[in-house]
Amino acid sequence: MTYVIALPCVDLKDKTCIEECPVDCIYEGERMLYIHPDECIDCGACEPVCPVEAIAYEEDLSEADAPFADAVRGVFAGYGSPGGASPAPKVPDPPFVLALPPQQHNDV
Amino acid sequence: MLQDFRVAVVGSGPAGIYAAAALAGHEGVAVDVIDRLPTPFGLVRYGVAPDHEKMKSVAVVLRKVLEHERLRFLGNVELGADVSVADLHRHYDAIVVANGAAVDRRLGIGGEDLPGSFSATEFVSWYSGHPDTALDKFTLTAQTAIVIGVGNVAVDVARVLLKTADELKTTDIPDHVLAVLSRSSVRDVMIIGRRGPAHARFTTKELRELGELANADVVVAPAELALDEAGEAELARNAVARRNLEVLQTWSQRAPQGRPRRLHLRFLLRPTAICGDAHVTGMQFERGHPDGAGEAVGAGQSVHLPTDMVLRSVGYRGVPIPGLPFDDKRGVIPNAAGRILRDGAPVPGEYVAGWIKRGPSGVIGTNKHDATETVHCLLQDAPALPRRQVRDPDGIVDLLHQRGVRVVPWQGWEAIEALEIAAGRRRGAKQVKVAERELLLAAALSHPSLRS
Repeated sequence: MTYVIALPCVDLKDKTCIEECPVDCIYEGERMLYIHPDECIDCGACEPVCPVEAIAYEEDLSEADAPFADAVRGVFAGYGSPGGASPAPKVPDPPFVLALPPQQHNDV
Repeated sequence: MLQDFRVAVVGSGPAGIYAAAALAGHEGVAVDVIDRLPTPFGLVRYGVAPDHEKMKSVAVVLRKVLEHERLRFLGNVELGADVSVADLHRHYDAIVVANGAAVDRRLGIGGEDLPGSFSATEFVSWYSGHPDTALDKFTLTAQTAIVIGVGNVAVDVARVLLKTADELKTTDIPDHVLAVLSRSSVRDVMIIGRRGPAHARFTTKELRELGELANADVVVAPAELALDEAGEAELARNAVARRNLEVLQTWSQRAPQGRPRRLHLRFLLRPTAICGDAHVTGMQFERGHPDGAGEAVGAGQSVHLPTDMVLRSVGYRGVPIPGLPFDDKRGVIPNAAGRILRDGAPVPGEYVAGWIKRGPSGVIGTNKHDATETVHCLLQDAPALPRRQVRDPDGIVDLLHQRGVRVVPWQGWEAIEALEIAAGRRRGAKQVKVAERELLLAAALSHPSLRS
């Protein structure tokens, strides 16, 4: 159980959350950002700073956003736990995210 | 580029350590992190609840910083008592004060000093094994406890009161605390807020945990979840408030399961007095109706709730440090983006970070951003700052030793940790905290490399 980034981040990647994360556990993919479920400490710093409200604790995700929790586990199962995102390479987007249609965003 | 630039960071909680990390990233900058306790990590060790083990694991990241080669830990050194601001200026090129907000705000109502009335801080310090808190400060012979305040600290203290000792024995909670919790008579805990549910400051994840307690039912009155205009407006702009309200609404419709303990969440009750002669017997409130501004005022209806114990959790404030300016109204050191201001003008070489800079708000992560801002200002000023008089980095340690201060270095903390890990083995926990200052110091200063 951990904080999860969902649909509003796709094709936007505002990255304010990355600045705020005290353990540098938010990794970048091509289309969105991902919170590393094993490195996240549940502090909740990222949740209120996201300008598009893309972040929620897993249990609080809407039904439509729930697949993002499973998808993120798939992402890191193959990627491992580098213990910090800043020098790490981009993570590969999982099939669920790759299959999403392009997302439109108004200015935030 | 800076050369042989030395910074003293006062306080080894998240704000201090994030400031140290941002500084130590620059070659030519060396940092001493000073803490008044023999142990590092501040509120991560003495504030984060023992059962929030995942959150406590931030210490893994913080310790990596303290192990940096250009960084020293100097524990058991108190600014204002063992060392003065003037001393620090002689030995360092810049000072960053990140010593937090040590004292609680008061309610300002009658009866606040009665036996049985405490600050949540006192309770948190006790169950966290803070060396300044007496081991027998809490006996938990109360049957009912009222917690005033609707933030994560209120949730923490309520949860610790409601959990069984069994649920906590694999955490780092000290043995003496576990013993008292196992004998606790507490049956009912009430978390009470002055404002409506939309203005509660819980993190949804932490609020939700209250509904998952093995030993306690959650009781919420549907009528107290009604929103006024301000409440509706808050929900519209705040996703966390929306989620909190959903959780509260679910609970308000849930039938009690007949568990031995109960948690009551109440809103729109403004405390007016703590009652009792020799000990707390109850609390007096004025019931508000939503008045359009999210406040509970003016309904005039008085409510009495019997209780044996009151814990106020209505915020913290910093404590003035001799030699530094202080904003008494806000309880912080006046500053602009982290530069300490004296009569409105920046003081060369003096900076603040964390709660003493911005007030007691935010979560652990908030301090990284906050400390980075401060360090940015410091590094911008650094080339023009007057340089320290004492060049030798060991000068400060020698001075402290001359004054009889038992300085705890990093290896001293590692020795304390080893002792606590050994204590944990006896209880099936990873680590069990040692609470007595003298035991901490004895362990810390027993390290072979420290004998001189």
